[in-house]
Amino acid sequence: MTEKNKAILLSISLFFLLIIVGEIVTGNGDRSKANMTEYEILMGMGEPEAHVPGPIEVGKLAIKELSHPFYDNGPNDKGIGLQLLYSIGRVMAGFFLAVIVALPVGFLIGMSPVFYKALQPYIQILKPVSPLAWMPLALFVIKDSIMSSVFVIFICSIWPMLINTAFGVMTVKKDWINVSKTLEMGSLETAIKILLPAALPTIFTGLRISMGISWLVIVAAEMLVGGTGIGYYVWNEWNNLDLTSVVFSILMIGFVGMVLDSLIAYTSGFFNYQE
Amino acid sequence: MSVNSLDNPFSKDSDLSHGAGCGCGSCSPMASNKDRVKELPQGEEEIVNRVVETAVVKAMFGDNDMKRRQFIRAVGEKAFKGALLAALPMGLLQSCFNETKKKVENGGATAKGASKLEKTKLNIGFVPITCATPIIMSKPLGFYEKYGLDVDVIKTAGWAVARDKSLNEEYDASHMLTPMPLAMTMGAGSTQASYVMPAVENINGQAICLHLKHKDKRDPKMWKGFKFGVPFEYSMHNFLLRYYVAEFGLDPDKDIQIRVVPPPEMVANLKAGNLDGYLSPDPFNQRAVYENVGFLHMLTKDIWEGHPCCAFACSQKFVDTNPNTYAALFSAIIDATQYSSKLENRQQISEAISPKNYLNQPTSVVAQVLTGKYADGLGNVLNVPDRIDFDPFPWHSMGVWILTQMKRWGYVTEDFDYKKIAEQVYLATDCAKKMKEQGYEAPSSTYKKHIIMGKEFDPNTPEAYLDSFAIKKTIS
Repeated sequence: MTEKNKAILLSISLFFLLIIVGEIVTGNGDRSKANMTEYEILMGMGEPEAHVPGPIEVGKLAIKELSHPFYDNGPNDKGIGLQLLYSIGRVMAGFFLAVIVALPVGFLIGMSPVFYKALQPYIQILKPVSPLAWMPLALFVIKDSIMSSVFVIFICSIWPMLINTAFGVMTVKKDWINVSKTLEMGSLETAIKILLPAALPTIFTGLRISMGISWLVIVAAEMLVGGTGIGYYVWNEWNNLDLTSVVFSILMIGFVGMVLDSLIAYTSGFFNYQE
Repeated sequence: MSVNSLDNPFSKDSDLSHGAGCGCGSCSPMASNKDRVKELPQGEEEIVNRVVETAVVKAMFGDNDMKRRQFIRAVGEKAFKGALLAALPMGLLQSCFNETKKKVENGGATAKGASKLEKTKLNIGFVPITCATPIIMSKPLGFYEKYGLDVDVIKTAGWAVARDKSLNEEYDASHMLTPMPLAMTMGAGSTQASYVMPAVENINGQAICLHLKHKDKRDPKMWKGFKFGVPFEYSMHNFLLRYYVAEFGLDPDKDIQIRVVPPPEMVANLKAGNLDGYLSPDPFNQRAVYENVGFLHMLTKDIWEGHPCCAFACSQKFVDTNPNTYAALFSAIIDATQYSSKLENRQQISEAISPKNYLNQPTSVVAQVLTGKYADGLGNVLNVPDRIDFDPFPWHSMGVWILTQMKRWGYVTEDFDYKKIAEQVYLATDCAKKMKEQGYEAPSSTYKKHIIMGKEFDPNTPEAYLDSFAIKKTIS
């Protein structure tokens, strides 16, 4: 058996183990009994109480939700597919805004030691701030809850991009820059023809980290302001103590996060040069 | 009436330059072109539709009929009409005019308000609790529609967000807590913005809910060190809880801890042991009982019978810029509030507002709150029909009481004119007028004395009332 097959086998058995253990340790919340008194009916004894769902229950809900993911029953009840699209849209908007700002600034910092030193304190102070701490300020200044969540994504994804771009540009081999100097290239030409290709793998690492963080943050941001998006979906189900839906959306969030990450990883594959 | 003024505006042959009062030969219905008269719109509705179309087409070409005909000749009648209908909500415009016309003719209560709705598409925010019943149910039960409004009711995570989205004008109007518009107008805990509160939503309808482990601690004197949740600082919940424990000798700022927790998160926090209890809006008290986590210590109606809780509020700016829309919305809310106050409608309302799009709660829980027949979590089924009630009238005296409590607990420190603020924000006179217009009974005065836990509150002497309390925040 090859190593790959072993891994697949292990992965599959782990999956079944999780399902079985999950089924054993979770209950179904059933508390019904025969001949309920009026008090017991009002206490909801006929209905299952809030409980952590087993894998089969989650699976059933997943089939139900995924068979019509784009339904729209008004502003507060939309299908999981639509909610995910809202969230992805916000992440993309914030992410690409960040790219537009971070790449040029990153180049500037990477190419000029003066700028590097001058901007370093600001970056170091702003970088560790939890993106959600910006939320009240954003809501107040931008006066729009959707744009505020886009801004929060922007502000959280900009730092890894900025730092990685600067680092990538700084660590380009001096020989290559010297060659460009002998060819009498201007700094813009050097940046585009030499630094950009050489720094791309590092830049992509930054993008990948940023995308990961953005996807983490959007859920929290949407739980805070509500309206639409996967974060709102989680909040709305929590509202009703419907943990089955919560577990299902956790899985969906994980799945989409994985897809987003592999998309960037796949794209970066085109820019990896062997020396 | 001139014939040509009703001619088909999409036709290259028609001549729209003849006005309604045109007396020229070709405009007379008796003129030579009798066949064409048959093509003209028949019946009032069609005529109105035609007038709307014509107005739009005319406006497009700056009232230059030559240009219009040239253009239509060039692109073709069908293509022109199709493109225009696709780009403009012509049907909506037409139905607007027609409906308004009908309303004016019927002389109904809405005639004045609906005559020119500045805006028909509105966003109204709500926090998913039963207090918002009239605001929410107006959507599924068609109260907004009845007044020509197309309203989206948007669920909001909590009151701070509701406040911010209202200030940002994402919401045209919002479900708020009765103290909020007062606080916002005074700039307390918010940027200053003039808000008005034309109507109260519900009276009573809150409860003190405790964790089941405190079953034996029914005397508030035993609550020292408890952690309580309230939905917002500027809420009746906060002020009632503070009032209640203070009457039992506990200082709410020192002897207990009061935390702001958004209502939907109350049950989860109680279950997790983060809270010992809360004074919160329903259905979250009843939900705690339903989930076997807590029990109802008491209903707030036993602290203050008939206390106000939630409200319908919007900015002064919205009222000023959209007076007719505001009037229509106000009418819808009054109707809905009166409808909700009838006990026989409550089961139907429970079913209408329980789905995911609105409260997202089991219907049984919502029905127990609204019908007043409920399980208390201690083994009893109680029947309290006025557990929650709905009454739109915003008593100025209630506003004054709220202001005394804001001052009592240090939310505002400066001196102010209680009555002036209450009268500016609570539109009691308008509400009474509107209620009478719509055929409901309204009180003739806007101030009255209230009894809270057996103690009388006289709105004429707020400072003396404030001085009569032993426990309050001392400003150092």
